[in-house]
Amino acid sequence: MDHTRKIDGRFNLVGGDFTNAGEASTQLKKILQLRGVKDSYIRRASIATFEAEMNVIIYTPAGILRYDVDDESIKITVEDMGPGIEDIDLAMQEGYSTAPEWVREMGWGAGMGLPNMKKNSDVFRIDSAPGEGTTVKMIIYLNKGEQS
Amino acid sequence: MTIGDIINQLSPDSFSIEPDRDIEIKDVYVSDLLSDVMANAGEGSLWITLQTHINIVAVASMKNMPAVILVNGRKPEGETVQKAASEGIALFGTDMHAFELAGRLYNMLHG
Repeated sequence: MDHTRKIDGRFNLVGGDFTNAGEASTQLKKILQLRGVKDSYIRRASIATFEAEMNVIIYTPAGILRYDVDDESIKITVEDMGPGIEDIDLAMQEGYSTAPEWVREMGWGAGMGLPNMKKNSDVFRIDSAPGEGTTVKMIIYLNKGEQS
Repeated sequence: MTIGDIINQLSPDSFSIEPDRDIEIKDVYVSDLLSDVMANAGEGSLWITLQTHINIVAVASMKNMPAVILVNGRKPEGETVQKAASEGIALFGTDMHAFELAGRLYNMLHG
């Protein structure tokens, strides 16, 4: 496996498609495993990606998740065509959620998604405005010199 | 505690694949919030929940969980069973509620 090679790719996410929730996260996990990325980084990337997928599925009609991996970092960008977030600070608060009741009954929409994404990335940026969709950028740095 | 011990002592219903009975369970997590499980359950734990929909399989798979136990007599949805089988995750069910099941498992693990 050539570890110096940069890899990137994208997944199309469809709003309301709960059946395939976690698919992008699963695929990215496999890609990172093949590349020999250390498990602890893979775990963080998997959680961040899964939560990002869920937000697109729960709140928007569609979105695109892009990943970019090199020796330095895993970069994940999720861009959606949703309604946008009115108050980002409020949305970032653990426990705050605008999810409908039926989504909460599924055990989603507990107000943990964005905080989980932030906790599991080294850089977390969210850009959103009502009517303009939301873009989340996350970077997980891969420390060099550690055992994988 | 192995999956085999759990099957022998608790006789749960089995909805998915025939699991490898030798798999060692070192930890158990109880939650019905999927983000909580993603964030806080240990890798390879056994998961107790009352959620029955397909997303529990993706979450269990992400955490490398060998098995999920549904409580309160709940039955998994059809697509949950199929996905669990294809992911190699055992799906059990019991009439016990979460507290009772967790207590039994706690004693088996630490008793």
